[in-house]
Amino acid sequence: MKVLVAVKRVIDYNVKVRVKADQSDVDLANVKMALNPFCEIAVEEAVRLKEKGIAEEVVVVSIGPKAVQEQLRTALALGADRAIQVETDELPDSLAVAKLLKGVMEKEQPQLVILGKQAIDSDNNQTGQMLGALTGMPQGTFASKVDVADGSVNVTREVDGGLQTVKLQLPAIVTTDLRLNEPRYASLPNIMKAKKKPLDVTTPDELGVSVTRTVKLLKVEPPAERSAGIKVADVAELVEKLQNEAKVI
Amino acid sequence: MSILVIAEHDNAQLNGATLKTLAAAKQIGGDIHVLVAGAGCQAVADEVAKADGVSKVLLADNAAYGHFLAENLGQLVADLGKDYGHILAPATTTGKNFMPRVAALLDVAQISDIIAVESADTFKRPIYAGNAIATVQSEDAIKVITVRATAFDAVAAEGGNGSVESIDNVVSNDKAEFVGEELAQSERPDLTAARVVISGGRGMQNGENFHLLEKVADKLGAAVGASRAAVDAGFVPNDMQVGQTGKIVAPELYIAVGISGAIQHLAGMKDSKVIVAINKDEEAPIFQVADYGLVADLFDVLPELEQKL
Repeated sequence: MKVLVAVKRVIDYNVKVRVKADQSDVDLANVKMALNPFCEIAVEEAVRLKEKGIAEEVVVVSIGPKAVQEQLRTALALGADRAIQVETDELPDSLAVAKLLKGVMEKEQPQLVILGKQAIDSDNNQTGQMLGALTGMPQGTFASKVDVADGSVNVTREVDGGLQTVKLQLPAIVTTDLRLNEPRYASLPNIMKAKKKPLDVTTPDELGVSVTRTVKLLKVEPPAERSAGIKVADVAELVEKLQNEAKVI
Repeated sequence: MSILVIAEHDNAQLNGATLKTLAAAKQIGGDIHVLVAGAGCQAVADEVAKADGVSKVLLADNAAYGHFLAENLGQLVADLGKDYGHILAPATTTGKNFMPRVAALLDVAQISDIIAVESADTFKRPIYAGNAIATVQSEDAIKVITVRATAFDAVAAEGGNGSVESIDNVVSNDKAEFVGEELAQSERPDLTAARVVISGGRGMQNGENFHLLEKVADKLGAAVGASRAAVDAGFVPNDMQVGQTGKIVAPELYIAVGISGAIQHLAGMKDSKVIVAINKDEEAPIFQVADYGLVADLFDVLPELEQKL
């Protein structure tokens, strides 16, 4: 079985973003970038499927400018076999990403596609589901457990009230939730080896996909600041403030 | 153009998030239809028909929709949605699951988790874990939108007079099937709808200590939440997690106990009206967003708080 994993280069999750003064976007100049945490979990799951002998090959794909090759190399160091970059000047929106991934899937014919449930920059939570719709494949979103057996995959999903399990016929799309696994760290020898693994570059044109945006970003603002609070001395004062000042209890 | 709102429910009762999504639909303006798809869900259709602003309820009652599988529900909504200008659903795990399929089937973008309606085509939504608010304008003919329920006030559940119309469209697929579910049992109010939420973090040290929070919660009629650290440490189940990757809450009072206040946690609760932080580390980032902070050991504070309430 071949597994395709989509990964995204995003701002490191520990960095506190700043909005540009002209409110055109957030400021990503000289900011530390990293693999989206949910994508890391997706790579880890694919590599574990390979270690169990279920997957023969793990292919990682990322879409964006040349810089995304850095994250593809990271995924290769974590255990993926080869990488594909779909070169675009900017990061396209979720629908365009799903169309590009569909183009890659037509060439690669994976049995399982694993994505993160959302990217921590746009917080959209769309791409995997859209890919499912475009390819007609079933989807197991927000997965906390994945069992592949006999042409199907059982996916335990994290839903609002608890957990839900669905059975999907392969080929299928899975998106990862945080508790699916704990991603490993790349070791230095593996980082060195990853430099020699194949990394192909393709373009939206070669995949026959146009990447136009229909949603315009008009403005980005910082969220409303909360007014500074106060420290109370003890429980009695806290309860008094909540009752008489804030009037919430 | 009319607006189609997809009702969220458990086949027996309407989820409150739907009334809040209806509020967003009213702000967009237009005739509002609601789709109730499920199995044995006539009562839900009757209930939502009474909600303020609803002119028509489409009832798709079929076993194929019983577990809200995205493959079936997404196709049904895409088929019906062609005739509408806007399609809205609450940004719950169900809405997040099927709505992007709807958008892709209609070949339009989706706008996720809106917190404000600026006009019929312009919306505000948080990005970067709520650290920035984007204003976006859609040029798509059909706007597919999920709504952050905590950002809107529910429309009145009574007083409307919508008609209920059964539709017999059946979409089913043989590629995905429901196997089972394990729902957490709780007597307490639902986390996302509670007026008061009290949450514990790594500082709680273990799962048993959460009963200290529960005792305070009982006094306040509050829901109990947790930070990711507490969930990952196995103290409590993951459906209690508040944050960017868990639930987004905006209660009147949020009490954070033994929670440092990482960016990802704040993303889930910083729109609460009043925030109280109880932490023994006075440098903890949670104090920067707290209206009332108490620097003290939670194991002293919680029993005392319970007693004083």
